[in-house]
Amino acid sequence: MASGVGDRTVIAGIGQTEFSKNSGRSELQLAAEASLAALEDAGLSVEDVDGTVTYTLDGTGEFELIRSLGIKELRYYSRAPYGGAATCAVVLHAAAAVAAGAASVVLIYRAFNERSGRRFGLPQTAAQVSSSGSYWWRWYIPFGLDTPAKWAALHFQRYMHVYGVTNEDFGRYSVVCRKHAANNPNAYFYQRPITLEDHQNSRWIVEPVLRLLDCCQESDGGVALVITSRERARDLRRPPVRIVAAAQSALWGGDIVSDYFHTDIAGMAEIGDIGKKLWAQSGLLPKDIQAAMLYDHFSPIVFMHLEEFGFCPRGQARDFIREGHIELGGSLPVNTHGGLLGEAYIHGVNHINEAVRQLRGEAINQVPNAQHILVSAGMSGIILGKA
Amino acid sequence: MKRTAPLATRDDRFFWDGVAVGELRLQRCANCGKRRHPPGPMCPWCHSLQWRVERAAGRGVVYSYVIPRHTAIESQGEPVIVALIELEEGVRLVSNLCGVAPGAVRNGMAVEVFFTEFEDGVRLHQFRPAGR
Repeated sequence: MASGVGDRTVIAGIGQTEFSKNSGRSELQLAAEASLAALEDAGLSVEDVDGTVTYTLDGTGEFELIRSLGIKELRYYSRAPYGGAATCAVVLHAAAAVAAGAASVVLIYRAFNERSGRRFGLPQTAAQVSSSGSYWWRWYIPFGLDTPAKWAALHFQRYMHVYGVTNEDFGRYSVVCRKHAANNPNAYFYQRPITLEDHQNSRWIVEPVLRLLDCCQESDGGVALVITSRERARDLRRPPVRIVAAAQSALWGGDIVSDYFHTDIAGMAEIGDIGKKLWAQSGLLPKDIQAAMLYDHFSPIVFMHLEEFGFCPRGQARDFIREGHIELGGSLPVNTHGGLLGEAYIHGVNHINEAVRQLRGEAINQVPNAQHILVSAGMSGIILGKA
Repeated sequence: MKRTAPLATRDDRFFWDGVAVGELRLQRCANCGKRRHPPGPMCPWCHSLQWRVERAAGRGVVYSYVIPRHTAIESQGEPVIVALIELEEGVRLVSNLCGVAPGAVRNGMAVEVFFTEFEDGVRLHQFRPAGR
């Protein structure tokens, strides 16, 4: 059943710094701390690392990181583009490199001061955007679409129109993830749950789609993962987590953060495409997944994930959420750490760490008998499995 | 009101040149005749590098819309409505919707193009309800 990189590689270790609004140290230091923590977790040393993968947006250069960690030699280093779309792509790149023999132990890192340094939520200028490679955004900025919330909301409004979904419906996701975060000491919003009323009383960011409590946090912090082969992981410290399937998607007509040109934008075609690839690679079906970590930069995208992956029919995510399916104890607990809204916004990679904790049986909000967990970031996705 | 000036490239300068003279211009493949937007150097259907520019009728419908309420241009005064417009010619583009109250905007409402000069000589295409 396995194709592509399926089931030949594992996540051997995870690491992270604390998540905050002001780390008080450099992004390089956050990257180095998280990386070392992941290697210690795996029971590997810096001498074992021969590959790295990060985001194109990451500010820490490979040479800077290996200079700090004392890594002597890299024979593979790669980066994945388009912001949060890289979340699971970094795992695909690392797994593909290991499966192909281009590297044996790959360190994935993502670290930033995204609240105390350059904030993603503040308006961007055309020059900033063009230098990041996402050139199409210059078609939007002159008209006032100058933040991710605004790009995304113009897409989501079509979804609301087609299926009659309201902002209050979106708020039910925010309430669930803040409830999950309230139990998680690593979450910025630890012990701070919200009600639907709080959500509806929060100010509009982009009317009629996003209120403040629909938006992810801006956070400082670092996360790292160690990827190696199943064979290499056999004698390591921790039970490895299997990378059962991994895929990226870019479809003609697609775009980054926004989605204005596909014939049907009351959904997200790339998520559906990732779903098809992951189900085909793994031989699994939605019913085989015990929990999902879904990229939640803004609450509506969770609805699209649930529908495009087939956990519920198109247009019915609001009922699926209202019925409690995505809560602890539901049929598909989602973002059990609190997600990017509740835990922190470490550009999605903190979702992967949570999936690993769930499969090791050591999550704060542990899902009983977790065998397979889906992590998706819209343009990239993975299915992780218990060893 | 201040707006960020559009960034023209070699591949789409014709579009902004059109806006400067009050024309909404679209790119059309000189070989297979299909229109495309945003513009690009190669036809994705037939791979022709030859294309021509035609003037769009300037009519379309609101495909989706938002009213940003957070920082930037909307803090300068009255709310700005941003709309994804589906043109009669079959392509979509992002613009602003004017001459209608935010609460009265509807998906599918018929709109027509006009042009506005903002501060510092920034000219942009804008849309308003059709036939007024």
